[in-house]
Amino acid sequence: MIRDITIGQYYPADSVIHKLDPRVKLFGVVIYVISLFTFRGIWGFLLVTLALAAMIKISKVPFRFMVKGLKAIVIILIITAMFNLFLTPGETLVTIWKIKITKEGLKSAVFMAIRLIYLILGTSTLTLTTTPNQLTDGMEKAFRPLNHIHVPVHEVAMMISIALRFIPILVEETDKIMKAQIARGADFESGNLIKKAKAMVPLLVPLFISAFRRANDLALAMEARCYNGGAGRTKMKPLKYQKADHISYLVILGYLVIVILMRVLL
Amino acid sequence: MSIILDKVNYVYSEKTAYEVHALKDINLKIEDGEFIGIIGHTGSGKSTLIQHLNGLVKATSGGIYYNGRDIYDEDFNMKELRGKVGLVFQYPEHQLFETTIFADVCFGPLNQGLSKKEAELQAFTALRSVGLPEEYWYQSPFELSGGQKRRVAIAGVLAMKPEVLVLDEPTAGLDPQGRDEILDQVAKMHKELGMTIILVSHSMEDVAKYVDRLIVMNHGSVMFDGTPKEVFHHYQELEAVGLAAPQVTYLMHELRKKGIPVDGEATTIEEAKASILKCFQNRENRS
Amino acid sequence: MNFIEARKLVHEYIRRDEEGNVEGIDTALDGVDLDIKQGEFIAVLGHNGSGKSTLAKHLNVLLQSSGGTLWVDGKDTTDEANVWDIRKNAGMVFQNPDNQIIASVVEEDVAFGPENIGIPTDEIWKRVENSLKSVGMIQYREHSPNKLSGGQKQRVAIAGVMAMEPKCIVLDEPTAMLDPNGRKEVLDAVEKLNKEKGVTVILITHYMEEVIRADRVYVMDKGKVVMQGTPRSIFSQVDILKSYRLDVPQITLLAHELRKSGMDIPEGILTRQELVDALCRLY
Repeated sequence: MIRDITIGQYYPADSVIHKLDPRVKLFGVVIYVISLFTFRGIWGFLLVTLALAAMIKISKVPFRFMVKGLKAIVIILIITAMFNLFLTPGETLVTIWKIKITKEGLKSAVFMAIRLIYLILGTSTLTLTTTPNQLTDGMEKAFRPLNHIHVPVHEVAMMISIALRFIPILVEETDKIMKAQIARGADFESGNLIKKAKAMVPLLVPLFISAFRRANDLALAMEARCYNGGAGRTKMKPLKYQKADHISYLVILGYLVIVILMRVLL
Repeated sequence: MSIILDKVNYVYSEKTAYEVHALKDINLKIEDGEFIGIIGHTGSGKSTLIQHLNGLVKATSGGIYYNGRDIYDEDFNMKELRGKVGLVFQYPEHQLFETTIFADVCFGPLNQGLSKKEAELQAFTALRSVGLPEEYWYQSPFELSGGQKRRVAIAGVLAMKPEVLVLDEPTAGLDPQGRDEILDQVAKMHKELGMTIILVSHSMEDVAKYVDRLIVMNHGSVMFDGTPKEVFHHYQELEAVGLAAPQVTYLMHELRKKGIPVDGEATTIEEAKASILKCFQNRENRS
Repeated sequence: MNFIEARKLVHEYIRRDEEGNVEGIDTALDGVDLDIKQGEFIAVLGHNGSGKSTLAKHLNVLLQSSGGTLWVDGKDTTDEANVWDIRKNAGMVFQNPDNQIIASVVEEDVAFGPENIGIPTDEIWKRVENSLKSVGMIQYREHSPNKLSGGQKQRVAIAGVMAMEPKCIVLDEPTAMLDPNGRKEVLDAVEKLNKEKGVTVILITHYMEEVIRADRVYVMDKGKVVMQGTPRSIFSQVDILKSYRLDVPQITLLAHELRKSGMDIPEGILTRQELVDALCRLY
């Protein structure tokens, strides 16, 4: 199950989106997320669906591969939907014992679930089409002005890129340690919440130790390769806007205008 | 008592672009008290295979029988099986987590539902049998050297009193003496406790020295299954799949080619030495 | 002057208890002398905990000595101003292939070193290409390192060091976590760099088979250099090596055993061919 997390993975393919400047993609995702949380009604829903479908189609990442990433959030999805379903006041549809399901609740649960699913799919289009390094390069450059107010932009970007690189390694390691402890009779599944939490100790302690060891090793390896912070670094792949990037900016802005218009007019 | 694998197949990421047929129609019978080596290069399916033996990985098709009972039966007690077939993973020291060595070794038996006293008794025996000096037992496992940590981890599995002990490359990363110490200990347990041992290894020299039966895995299938001598007889085929016989086997074959009638089947230094000496002696006697 | 020169190099780890009081001192290096020439292939042998890794980290100034002197490429390692120069000229490859690859794409990882030392973009591309070619990994340039085998990952790590165009490469047990095929891949790549590009190689290992390829061997025990010489001269002292928790290659051991049984075989046989020849001569 743990292996199904696709967030932070890169899917190599030869598509327009893969080739875009990461800054454009970042901007696009931010606008898309905003549109997700502001749309109302069926027309807004159609618009965001259309935008998402277009993005996925153009990215050439198989849809099935993306959907796999949703498995990881099923629980969050259910909880959020439940909250909306049961706790929204309004016109009662069904009453089960003391719990009332309202029309408004049903509506907001459905929309909330759609928002969450779209959010994951949308952001994973970004991570699936952008290597972590490109992504952090993009962030580093986009947020460079923050350097003036003493935000360590380069360091944060480097940290994120390393974290992304190590996610799959640590996921695999978790799997391995889990199996090793199950082989020693550990039980991660049954029992109540407290028991389950306690059962995690044999998993978490080795995982932390391993993460620290890796961090230590990596710091040494980086130092050995003359890493000394962002100052004086050059880039193998410096970011430069191409024609496609300018066009994409226009498309994104156009989308933004439509979203605003729909919100105001409908 | 035995483990039987009947036409076991394992496929992961089924029906996706990443589909891998990790095990193909594996038929094996592992008898009580055997000392088996499993060899194969990375990705040959040997790690997947051993994870089937204690039910950690479920076969896509085929059956596995432990002492005649189908382990995929609904009422089969999988937890009990994991106590019976002890699996020591690669770099097992990475699974240690308790504050003291002794407590860590107790983890397995306590999970089996034993009382604290019984668990401690089994931990005691296990630590003894891996040869870890008693003065370390109440220290943190993280202060030990790599080789000692590994012993603790092995003791952690032994404490469950398994009937079968499966070790996945127990010597990886150890120095020569550390390697010999661990393997000697394992051989001793096989001999003295009569335990069935399954040793996954990369070293032809090690398996030639220790095991009675050798299983060679290649691309998810059993390529050879026999005594080390029988298997290493096929040294040319082994080479074709990126494996090799022990160095002495090659030496003996080359000597035979040069007309020195040594034993071409020798796989260990002791055997090679005896055969070469005998050969030269015979010649002296004749001349 | 030699490329690497160490005189009475000492490194002490100070163990402290929870309150910070000194509990004890572990001497990881105890008066080590080294003389390594440019272009040599050196192997450093020793069991786990013999101090060989600590020594490696000094060559790259990842550790500073507690005493003695160490000169790398004519530069004093104790001088703070030399640190980056030395690191640029003495690249390092570590044991765990996963823990030294920084980027998520092979070519971007190889570029990491050159980027750090401020090489212009065009030149980085050239260097990345050349160094990936020299370790035979060019066809994987756009792959994710996670999907590579251990041997391939280590070769990427070596390419990452080579892209900085160092004069020397220090490998700290680069094959300890690999299978036999991976070990061979890595060793072949290292040997090629040494022979074809004249890079000084310092290989730290406890696999005896790997030592045969070296020009010279240092054997370490308890922080001291206890033996040094050609592989042949080292391996002719089987019993002494065993006392340092080490081993000799199987063929060498067999030759040694035969010799002990009275056969007239020279000491320090290293390869199968040598033993075959020696036996044929006797027969």
